[in-house]
Amino acid sequence: MAYDVNAIFQIAGIGIIIAMIHTVLKQSGKDDWAQWVTLIGFIVVLFMVASFINDLFQEIKRVFLFQ
Amino acid sequence: MDIIQIVGLGIVATILSLVVKEQKPMFSFILATFTGVVIFLFLIGKISDVIRVLEGIAMQAHVNIVYLDTILKIIGIAYIAEFGAQVTRDAGQGAIASKIELAGKILIMVLAIPILSVIVETIVQLLPS
Repeated sequence: MAYDVNAIFQIAGIGIIIAMIHTVLKQSGKDDWAQWVTLIGFIVVLFMVASFINDLFQEIKRVFLFQ
Repeated sequence: MDIIQIVGLGIVATILSLVVKEQKPMFSFILATFTGVVIFLFLIGKISDVIRVLEGIAMQAHVNIVYLDTILKIIGIAYIAEFGAQVTRDAGQGAIASKIELAGKILIMVLAIPILSVIVETIVQLLPS
């Protein structure tokens, strides 16, 4: 449980930091770099969430479908 | 006091989601999904205990294990379909959520058909011919 809660804070932190970097890069005129940073942030967070959803589905399978 | 943990987690995640939504709505959605996954993972341990007890009772009552198996599969499909539909509906795709629910219902129906046929056969045998 503690590990999972940490992951929630990680995702929120990544979101805020990505937004900050995006703003800074945009202000300094590097628009394409800002887009890339956002995309990479999305991919990292999506990877975390996908692995956790995989955990969840494996658990559901273990409990309900195959005993 | 697990409920306090879950409610606290939900409130914290909601506040974080609101903070992030200002800049990046996508992160807010991912955060909501992730919170759902965490709460579900937390609950599934309890559900597992309940199912073990149910299995014990069914063993003692000499119920055919196939029926219990089917019922557990149906409950599992219902939980997964509900989770997916809620996540999708949160993201604003009501149509896809409805399709997921439809798929869940149809798969449950497919699983339930053997039991249904057994019931019909039993009733037909009971009837005086």
